[in-house]
Amino acid sequence: MKIGVLVKNVPDTETKIRLTADKQGIETQGVKYVMNTYDEFAVEEALKIRERLQDGTTVTAITLGPERVVETLRTALAMGADEAIHVDDPAFEGGDSLTNARIIARVVEPMGLDLILGGKQGIDYDAAQTCSALAEALGTAQALIAVELKWSEDNQSLEVRRRIEGGDEIVHVKLPAVISCEKGLNEPRYASLPGIMKAKKKEIKKVDLTGVGLDSAEVGASGSATRVVGYSPLSERPECRILEGEPVEIVKELVRALREDAKVL
Amino acid sequence: MAIDVTKRGGSFLIAETDPNSVFTPEDFTEEQKMFAKTAEDFLHNEVLANLAKTEAQEAGVMVGILKKAGELGLLMIDVPEKYGGLELDKATSMLVSEIVSKGGAFASTFGAHTGIGTLPIVFFGTDEQKQKYLPKLATGEIVGCYALTEAGSGSDALAAKARADLSKDGKHYVLNGEKTFITNGGFADLFIVFAKINGEEFSCFIVEKDFEGVSAGAEEKKMGIKGSSTVQLILDNVKVPVENLLGEKGKGHRIAFNILNVGRFKLGVGCIGGAKLAFDDAVKYANERHQFGVPISSFGMMKNKIANMASGIYVVESMSYRTAGLLDEILSPIDKNAPDASKQTMKGIEEYVTECSIMKVKGSEMLDYVVDEVVQMYGGYGYIAEYPAERHYRDSRIARIYEGTNEINRMLIPGMLIRKAMKGDLPLLEAAKKLQGELLEMPTLDESEPEGLLVEENKLILNVKKIALLTTGVAVQKYMTKLEEQQGVLGDIADIIMEAYGMESARLRTLKLAAAKGEEEAKTAVDMTRLYIYDTVGKVDLWAREVLAACAEGDELRTMLVALRRLTRYTPIDTLHMRLDVADYFIAKEKYEV
Repeated sequence: MKIGVLVKNVPDTETKIRLTADKQGIETQGVKYVMNTYDEFAVEEALKIRERLQDGTTVTAITLGPERVVETLRTALAMGADEAIHVDDPAFEGGDSLTNARIIARVVEPMGLDLILGGKQGIDYDAAQTCSALAEALGTAQALIAVELKWSEDNQSLEVRRRIEGGDEIVHVKLPAVISCEKGLNEPRYASLPGIMKAKKKEIKKVDLTGVGLDSAEVGASGSATRVVGYSPLSERPECRILEGEPVEIVKELVRALREDAKVL
Repeated sequence: MAIDVTKRGGSFLIAETDPNSVFTPEDFTEEQKMFAKTAEDFLHNEVLANLAKTEAQEAGVMVGILKKAGELGLLMIDVPEKYGGLELDKATSMLVSEIVSKGGAFASTFGAHTGIGTLPIVFFGTDEQKQKYLPKLATGEIVGCYALTEAGSGSDALAAKARADLSKDGKHYVLNGEKTFITNGGFADLFIVFAKINGEEFSCFIVEKDFEGVSAGAEEKKMGIKGSSTVQLILDNVKVPVENLLGEKGKGHRIAFNILNVGRFKLGVGCIGGAKLAFDDAVKYANERHQFGVPISSFGMMKNKIANMASGIYVVESMSYRTAGLLDEILSPIDKNAPDASKQTMKGIEEYVTECSIMKVKGSEMLDYVVDEVVQMYGGYGYIAEYPAERHYRDSRIARIYEGTNEINRMLIPGMLIRKAMKGDLPLLEAAKKLQGELLEMPTLDESEPEGLLVEENKLILNVKKIALLTTGVAVQKYMTKLEEQQGVLGDIADIIMEAYGMESARLRTLKLAAAKGEEEAKTAVDMTRLYIYDTVGKVDLWAREVLAACAEGDELRTMLVALRRLTRYTPIDTLHMRLDVADYFIAKEKYEV
């Protein structure tokens, strides 16, 4: 089986996000980037399939973005992926999820992948669109937010348990397919020290605009139907007020405050 | 032939160093950062997540965590590739040690296995011994430990009573005795045991758990690092095959002391890890805890503590990774496949034993200072076991005691340098003599105002180095071979030497950082460096006065004190307000990150 895994380089969850002065972007200075949490489940699942099949199955990690994202490919390689593809071109900058999915589709089409795994969403912009857009662009099946994969005997199809509101939905999916992964699917392994050292020797293939065979007008900001016009932080929680006095007084004051100050009653 | 002093341990006292030549925590490669990430994930998911269980000594949990570390390759960093290890550079080894040491008791478990439990075989084992044991130690399949101390012999290790007698058929040594405070002893598979052949020749043996007559005593009830196993090892007529003699007969002291020497740098960096975690906890707490309607981190006295803790960590971190760089520089040219590769490696590390001792002493004392202030910042909650400050406070205390007490190390620091000087390996005494001559001359008045980053501070550092040379020289002249008996004098000299190394290392790192990122970005590093230097010069002055007064009297003393005064003179800077700036930086970050 040929498996592709989409990975994304995102700010560490502990990072305090600050906006740039013009509110048009996020301050990247001093931000620590890591592999998107949900993508770790995707890499782990791909490796588990390869280990189970023992038939020369290959796992290729794919990412799109500037030079810094290479470190996430290295992490995927250190976890055990066989090869990696870095899709990068200045023209790709500012593209929305749909446009980026089209680029990735061009990259993976000639590869003849049987299965593409990705995280259910990037924990940075939370769009949760790339996997479905990619399946659409490739014309393959898709199953999103997977918490369990049950393979058929011939490994040509599988049942995907999807986490939906209040329960699970089980879908039968024929390969080729794109599946997005949810927490609970597996326990991602660590990149071991020997794995990290081996990853250093593995090649990372570069693909640019010419490589994907698209026109610069079809990609990046100019090729996107949506455009980010700004960011705004959540308003800070107002300071907590503690009411003091006799219970009767407190309740009176509380009702008054809820009515007049907070205006919620 | 002239010696290239800059390639010598201890040369920091007599040579100036180019900031670009020092290794700093800002110089880690992408690969090293990936190793760190794995160690960090392991720490949080395996070590800290299981803290309640390990602290309660739930059976099998701590050893399970160690095995997991083995699976990830965290135990194979210092083992030669030939024997299943990764044989990575010392900077990586230190970085990983620093991170996993945030796990309190796990730090000891990890250190006992990878350091004193494994390194004796790496450095002194025969090829057969290495083949047999190292691959399994590297993966954690077997757990190692080190049995040197006995109830009656701690720092005086050579006074051990355990004995080994050759069996009549000449095939075994029969070991008898009791070893005490054996870290990992409760679950170890392999013991590096020291005993005297015929009660005389101090030697070292590899003892397996399953050898008949090997048994472990009950777990000691300890003040801190409760999750680690510490037991007594009882050897009752244990038959150890002669091929398990490690190193030469009667040369066990070489193993005992060398292993402690080479292991010390790891304990030093381990202290940095512990201090960072305690610091991060305290700063977060200070931001959350409100009194008088404001977070306590907004109070000047709290900020004062935060700044002092941070600059303490910064200095030890700077000196530690500088030492890592020195070690890697001396070790990297060694042909790893050479038959005597491990011997050369040990010799290389030995070159910097003084620096390693400094890291151990300064690291453990910085850590104790930090955890003490952390308890204070938590206030009453600092005294309650439910909060992390209490555990940090207890766990840290052992670091000043084990792997050579700080007192023993203070004796070693000037002791080893003087020995080096006597052997002609380091022109220390020549430099001291030259300095004494200089100091007696009338000073040339230097009225020029120095300009540039940390230039004024560099003058102070150079003077502290001169004070180290002056006091060492004077003490050697006065007490000659009897200097060893003057522990007070040696202790003060050790402190001066340590501060010279610390201050200079911080300055070099800061200059490198400022050159790379610009002075604006390096402001906190610059402030921490200056704070530390100005806080320390006064202490150096006091120690030096003590030493001089113990070595001279009358006119001679008065002349020396005049010279000293010239060296310790400085114009104070506004350190109090500088501390507020430093603290604000960390209060915003809520963690130690330069």
